Amino acid sequence: MARVVVDVMLKPEILDPQGQAVQRALPRLGFTGISDVRQGKRFELEVEGPVDEAALARIHDLAESFLANTVIEDFTVKVEEVAGAAE
Amino acid sequence: MSRTPLDTVDNAAATPDVELPWAELGLKKDEYERVVEILGRRPTGAELAMYSVMWSEHCSYKSSKVHLRQFGEKAPQSDAMLVGIGENAGVVDVGQGYAVTFKVESHNHPSYVEPYQGAATGVGGIVRDIIAMGARPVAVVDPLRFGAADHPDTKRVLPGVVAGIGGYGNCLGLPNIGGEVVFDACYQGNPLVNAGAIGVMRHEDIHLAKASGAGNKVILYGARTGGDGIGGASILASETFDDAKPSKRPAVQVGDPFQEKLLIECTLEAFQEKLVVGIQDLGAAGLSCATSELASNGSGGMRVTLDDVPLRDSTLSPEEILMSESQERMCAVVEPEKVDRFLEICEKWDVIATVIGEVTDGDRLEIFWHGGKIVDVDPRTVAHDGPVYERPYARPDWQDALQADDANKLPRPATAEELREQVLKLVASPNQASKKWITSQYDHFVQGNTVLAQPEDSGMIRVDEETGLGVAIATDGNGRYAKLDPYTGAQLALAEAYRNVATTGAKPLAVSDCLNFGSPEDPAVMWQFAEAVRGLADGCLQLGTPVTGGNVSLYNQTGEAAIHPTPVVAVLGVIDDVARRTPVAFQEEGQLLYLLGDTSEEFGGSAWSQVVHDHLGGLPPKVDLERERLLAEILISASRDGMIDSAHDLSDGGLIQAVVESALLGEKGARLIVPDGLDAFTFLLSESAGRALVAVPRSEELRFTDMCGARGLPATRIGVVDGDSVDIQGEFTLSLAELREAHENTIPALLA
Repeated sequence: MARVVVDVMLKPEILDPQGQAVQRALPRLGFTGISDVRQGKRFELEVEGPVDEAALARIHDLAESFLANTVIEDFTVKVEEVAGAAE
Repeated sequence: MSRTPLDTVDNAAATPDVELPWAELGLKKDEYERVVEILGRRPTGAELAMYSVMWSEHCSYKSSKVHLRQFGEKAPQSDAMLVGIGENAGVVDVGQGYAVTFKVESHNHPSYVEPYQGAATGVGGIVRDIIAMGARPVAVVDPLRFGAADHPDTKRVLPGVVAGIGGYGNCLGLPNIGGEVVFDACYQGNPLVNAGAIGVMRHEDIHLAKASGAGNKVILYGARTGGDGIGGASILASETFDDAKPSKRPAVQVGDPFQEKLLIECTLEAFQEKLVVGIQDLGAAGLSCATSELASNGSGGMRVTLDDVPLRDSTLSPEEILMSESQERMCAVVEPEKVDRFLEICEKWDVIATVIGEVTDGDRLEIFWHGGKIVDVDPRTVAHDGPVYERPYARPDWQDALQADDANKLPRPATAEELREQVLKLVASPNQASKKWITSQYDHFVQGNTVLAQPEDSGMIRVDEETGLGVAIATDGNGRYAKLDPYTGAQLALAEAYRNVATTGAKPLAVSDCLNFGSPEDPAVMWQFAEAVRGLADGCLQLGTPVTGGNVSLYNQTGEAAIHPTPVVAVLGVIDDVARRTPVAFQEEGQLLYLLGDTSEEFGGSAWSQVVHDHLGGLPPKVDLERERLLAEILISASRDGMIDSAHDLSDGGLIQAVVESALLGEKGARLIVPDGLDAFTFLLSESAGRALVAVPRSEELRFTDMCGARGLPATRIGVVDGDSVDIQGEFTLSLAELREAHENTIPALLA
């Protein structure tokens, strides 16, 4: 078993009301020095079988068509080593 | 787009031969040459950005202007009009010192690209138009058109649009009280998402968008400016979608309804304290539009320092800042001594506000960036003197064949059994079925003043708690009728909205419209547009309801295929006491059902011809506006004097559709008798205009029929509210359970 992580973020030019709300809250709570906050989504996919090029292409497809709204969001796909998992 | 060195006015004058990307920004060659001629030199990049967005179809109305003039030229005399066309939204006097402002706009193209945010920001935009007039928004309505209900892409677009409207409106705390949902394959690649809003104010609080008084400060307040929706106006809304060019899809805007709520409260408080000289919301074309319109509506010029605009993204170029369509921003002109108080109010509401410039005593709009002057224009040439096109128009050669393909000659049901089947199929068809699954996603009752909401004939809001004064709004439009005959189709939309307002007991006062058509470069489409505007203007003149404003959306087509011409008409009415309103639902068994108006064989464009024969041809129903006016007067009098307990307008689907809806909503059946001189099929399914179904308590029958007789309105007793089925005597019976299953399951089954 391997884990593939898909990170989905709003495109940089798109307004992020949630991130903005977090950023506004920070100084109120005494956390200073943060100039901007952007909030995204992280998907952890446990993949059956080998994570080869074909599997990654499939995951890219599903991320593009389902996990991310590519009109307003970007995404990245990366493979993550799972601790204790057999190679 | 940013160039080095900075493209200042001086630089532009010194480098006349620099090629600018005017074509990419949507300008035509002769339009660009006109800009050069106006300025006496080539424009700077920033000037080009401004001209290109402000001269786009969406902002300049360059194709529609010559026709829209009729709304002014043929405007009926009306004491109710306080502010007419040209302002952010029209304002109507509703009595008791109250004024109401309302408007409908389109957000079609963005909603196809990104349904949720497109629809949400559509609501946001129309609400800002309302607050810019000084009114408190009290309700929204949403007329929607989608592709075929069973098409896979409809399942992508519709739920997103509905969730976006619900999400934004519900967060703002505005009830959604009306609108329509129509499915037709012609909207497959180009759904129509129109959004309307109503606002209420006292007469003395009306505000106009203008910047007067040299030295007054220009304050930008609301959200920071980011890179969203840049060029949306010029490229997105003014070009036809073309599958081959996906790169033409610019980033759409994301809305933040909580920011908008703060903007509403902050703006209204500033108005309350009389701090504002002029105000403008930032919608399409963003700062380009706000600065040039404010300046050109005022007496002087304006000087703006673009460096002072609060940015979300510090890498934006000045051209991008001028074109950005970031949501939830407004621009106010404030006298210098009131600036501190204005900023204080913004601070209190957690709204960022910045002085970005001031009104000057010249007549130029000058914009500076990093110390250089990058814009120096006459604001009127940007905002008002854009190109005006007398586009060629011609009645399409297929129009005759379409009209000759008479729907009245389609095979009709031969037996009572067949008629029953067709009725059942009709009330279950996506267009005629209950839209509860959609409208229940909107909050109808927030704020506690909603008197009527979907599926009533019009939405109604109480304006004054003491006196019960209220306003009603209905939106209607039938693209099928308009395709068969755009002139008549537009009048039918007007007549239906007018009738819907009167059916609930309110007196129709004024009209707003959202005219959705294909490409104006196609003479056939332009003919449809010209005919529809002529029809609407003539109709408004005859009914005495002036057009207060509205919106034109062109280029609604995919490739060569234009949508049906779809003029959506909103009629606003007033009711002295909302307690006298008339609902759709049958109230009490034993009440007598009367059909008001005349029924003849009219099936062109009808729901029956679509559902049973998948046919569109012939002529739409005839319009008799004098009859509509009489019918409205009778409905309003009957409501005020308590002569009727329920009423429903007859439109698509004919009488049977109205009976089924009233029966299901009231959970009471009806027994109907086919009147002499009519066959059952025509009686139930014809779509003759100028008709309504009313339920009259027996004690009021004589008074009601006397009134109709005295006024010359045909009133035919057709049955009685009774039982738990709809029984057409001698024909067929449909139980309410069976009707409910057919009528209410269609939409959830397709889209849930």
